[in-house]
Amino acid sequence: MAWQTATVDSLVDETASVRTILLSVPDWAGHEAGQHLDVRLTAEDGYRAERSYSIASAPGEPVAITVERMDDGEVSPYLTEELRAGDEIELRGPIGGYFVWEPAFSGPLLLLAGGSGVVPLRAMLRHRSRVGSSVPVRLLYSARSWAEVIYRAELARLGDGVQVIYALTREQPPGWTGYARRADQAMITEVAWPVAQAPLAYVCGPTNFVEAVAADLVALGYPPAQVKTERFGATGTP
Amino acid sequence: MSPISRGFHRRHEEAEPAGRVPPGQYVTPDFPVLSAGPTPHTPVANWTFSIEGGQSPASWTWAEFQALPAETVTVDIHCVTRWSKLDTVWKGVSLDVLLGAVSYDAPYVLAFCDGGYTTNLPVADLKDGKAWVAYSYGGSPLAPEHGGPARLLVPHLYFWKSAKWVRGLRLRETDAPGFWEMYGYHMYGDPWREQRYAGD
Amino acid sequence: MDALEDGVVDGNAIGGLLIEVFGTEMTTAVVTCAQCGATGQVAELAVYRPGLGTVVRCRSCDNVLMVFVQIRSVTCVDLMGLAQLA
Repeated sequence: MAWQTATVDSLVDETASVRTILLSVPDWAGHEAGQHLDVRLTAEDGYRAERSYSIASAPGEPVAITVERMDDGEVSPYLTEELRAGDEIELRGPIGGYFVWEPAFSGPLLLLAGGSGVVPLRAMLRHRSRVGSSVPVRLLYSARSWAEVIYRAELARLGDGVQVIYALTREQPPGWTGYARRADQAMITEVAWPVAQAPLAYVCGPTNFVEAVAADLVALGYPPAQVKTERFGATGTP
Repeated sequence: MSPISRGFHRRHEEAEPAGRVPPGQYVTPDFPVLSAGPTPHTPVANWTFSIEGGQSPASWTWAEFQALPAETVTVDIHCVTRWSKLDTVWKGVSLDVLLGAVSYDAPYVLAFCDGGYTTNLPVADLKDGKAWVAYSYGGSPLAPEHGGPARLLVPHLYFWKSAKWVRGLRLRETDAPGFWEMYGYHMYGDPWREQRYAGD
Repeated sequence: MDALEDGVVDGNAIGGLLIEVFGTEMTTAVVTCAQCGATGQVAELAVYRPGLGTVVRCRSCDNVLMVFVQIRSVTCVDLMGLAQLA
């Protein structure tokens, strides 16, 4: 799988520290919902850095990635602050055959996002809408605050068959009646589809989040093979 | 040909050579935690440090180890991943004390650790005030993620030689590659000659 | 099976590296640990990246299954911890 040069088409600020980058990729072979791509940057002195980013767009849509600026990062500050429309970046992809969802997969869908773990799940939701699937979906989205929720407006417009449940762990808006704590067994028990409905779960986010949530689902009776996980490593304090 | 990414540069510029920082390194105030496996949590009640091989192998329990004469030292450390940290303060037992308790004539050791990590060193690089088994960092007991209860501390070599969670040394007639050395990292690892990889 | 620590990732993160090494998508390949016999998909394995290389471990017994080290544009691949890679 070769590295290829893509051009930045446009940039969308999702939150104060998160930006979506829409790309023109000349030899893109198409992708599945949940896959990622690798980005490679080369400095003038030849220094190179590589990172992986989940594809934020659905199959058939222009390739897009959503990047969160990490304070101590090397690549994310560049992608979220310096990169401009017209710039070129090298990438390879799509990558990943495990963490993918297709409308043909049966069972109600349970999506569990920790912070920027929502990105590949958003690709799945967009794919579901585009193909007119009626698979019931619940998205549990854990974020530090309302201001840090990515794709907020889009998630509010998802319509029938999709329930979005937020857990705001650090700060909540006035009058908030939703979850105000990190995901735990009680919360997972409340939001998860009953095991008897043969649901399929996708958990994505920081490693601590994924480990805890996946364990809670298995404790509830979800067969491990029906719980797909993608761990992003540490992304700062919850 | 990869396109140059306009405006992209490395985050950490290399330090100006000024005597304290080896070539190709940058100075950081942080203390990155880099591990090849899960953090062991050996209770000190179960901990021993052993020197194996030689004519009179020895072993110390935690209590016996704590009773040995210890030193507090301030040293600079240099990781092969290019960060250097200056003026780090450690307390531990000098390898001169530990090797002084056994009889041997082997020229090499393989350090072995909880979790299975190993690294190789010449005995000569552990003697004469160059190395310690350290159990305290910055005035506090060494945290597990930084190698606690105790780690090897050999600051004149790249920090992968300062094995975390060290449990002993195996004296050897020949130099045998440890974990990273087997995959191409330098058998000796002198940061001042930039010996990062075999062949450097 | 202990929970992975923060900073540890899984086989999804090395999808690109595996394509480089094996020439094909490998995250759904099933591995068998040579130490404890546990089986699982590569995507679900524990991946440690301390900067010197990539170490892939069994979730059940922490045995080292695969090691990848890239030095001077050559990738060293060690699969000795696997009994099987399908």
